[in-house]
Parts: sequence; structure tokens; C-alpha cells
Amino acid sequence: MLIVECPNCGVMAEETELVPGGEAHLKRFGPESSDADFESYLFQRENPRGVHFERWRHAHGCGKWFHAARCTQTLEVFGTYSAQTTEPPQDIRERVTAKRPGWTWRTLS
Amino acid sequence: MSEPTNALGGVRYDGIAMIEEAGPRGMVTLRGDLDAPAFQKVAIGVAGVAFPARRAIVLDGDRGLAWMSPDELLLMMPYEAAGDAVAALGERLGDAHHLAVDVSDARAVFRVSGGAAAREVLAKLCPVDLSPAAFEPGQIRRTRAAQVPVAFWMADDDSFDLVCFRSVARYVFDLLSTAAAPGGTVGYFRHGA
Repeated sequence: MLIVECPNCGVMAEETELVPGGEAHLKRFGPESSDADFESYLFQRENPRGVHFERWRHAHGCGKWFHAARCTQTLEVFGTYSAQTTEPPQDIRERVTAKRPGWTWRTLS
Repeated sequence: MSEPTNALGGVRYDGIAMIEEAGPRGMVTLRGDLDAPAFQKVAIGVAGVAFPARRAIVLDGDRGLAWMSPDELLLMMPYEAAGDAVAALGERLGDAHHLAVDVSDARAVFRVSGGAAAREVLAKLCPVDLSPAAFEPGQIRRTRAAQVPVAFWMADDDSFDLVCFRSVARYVFDLLSTAAAPGGTVGYFRHGA
């Protein structure tokens, strides 16, 4: 069971109040893109054991999207941050590094 | 204009806490830029109460203004006044980007009273810390009750007002009644308020 703080309304929301939105920071490849890019956008996911970045929506609360950094192995939540960003902010990355030195995720570390 | 009718005809249930269907109540959803001073001024002017902080509700008799999300407010007023409020908002906000809708008929309102027992009834249904230290008058919480979305706040020190969609009014009333059935006291909050 996850307890995640929604950065939009500040509520400590329990998992059943939220809806998962899959992996975070995907770059969309639409019409005109190469088949390889489109396939990767549609199907290729990290599915890591450990540090992961995800999208969540506070569906039964303020209704807003946000990002969460968490560990898929221990369910520890490192932090949440705004949905209006294309990569995790520095303070979140530092928090992850403090707990999981040497972590990597896609091109981040 | 047709007579407003409560979803369940004003039912009540007397258990460890009292569940009563309240209303009809005038409610207007207002969306826009909550940080804009001009927007705040209009909201205050139409609602007739002060502007709420994040996750707060300001109540004054049958008028109220609640913070629903970073871009949404809920104005409360007597049922008959909702139409005029929407018109006034549209007029005063003018070209400012906003949305104002009369949602009075889309909602059902329940009053759950009984002090610590009322807290327990809601705590059985909602994933919310309802201890007296964590949830007090002046706060509003949007969450779920079992399987449906609800929002609630404290009308006074001993009772809660809960709103849900009118289409699930029977479901929510049955949930609350079951949670308030005699013998259902948990006693978790008895040392509190």
C-alpha cells in the first residue's frame, strides 16, 4: 500500500484515492515518426526493479496529475513533483541518490 | 420553475451517529485562475464570504466558499440563489477565462452528526485521517467513500456535511447507515474532541 503526497493539493493520499498513469517522462512520437521511434513510444518501458518514475492522478481528490519517484522493490516513495516537467527536478534526484546510491533510470543517474 | 426535490426525499437514519439527507442546497462550481486577485475578488463578492486557503472551506450560515482543487472553487448558497450567482459570476468575470456552472441539482447532501461517532462513520468509509487533531472545522476533503467520490467538511464541532453525486445518493446513504449501525462503535476517537 502506497501513501503518496499529492503536490497539487498537499493531501497525503492513500493509494486507492489515486489512479496510476504509467511510466513518467515519455517522449511522444506521433505521425511522421520512424517505425522504431513509434514502437518504442508505444511499447518500450523500463519496468525496473528499484528506482522508478511514474505518473499518478489524484482521481478521488483534486483530480490533478503529478509525478512520483518510488522504489518498485520496497514501495518506498522518494517524493512527488509537478506534472509540468519533462524530467525529475534536482531535489528529487538528490533524495533518490541519498537512499539508493548508484541508481540509474533510462539516461538518468 | 419546478419544485426542487431531494434525491431520497429527506431520509434519515439514527444509529451510533445520525445520518440525515440535507438540502436542497445551492452549489456553483467555479474554475479559473485562483491566484488572480481579480478572480478572487469576484469569487468573494458573489459568495459573500472570505477566500479559502488551500484545502479550506469558509462558511457563514448557508453561504460558503470551498477550495476544491488548484483551479476550482465551490460556492454554496441557498438553492434559489444559484442561478443568479452564475449570472453574476459571468457578468463580473467578463472575458477572464473561467467556468461557472450551477451544480445544485447534480448533488446530494448528507449531514452526519454525533461527535466522535460521526468521525468513526466516515473513517470506516474514507481513506482519510479523521482524528480530531488532523481534521477540524474549516477543512474540506475530497476523497472517496467506498467506491464513489465524495467531499466533506465539518459543519460544526460535532457534525459533518458530505456531498456526493445525486446519482449515487442511495448508495452513499446506505453506506453511511451501515457504518452507523448500532453496535458499530469502534471507540478509536473517543479520547478526542
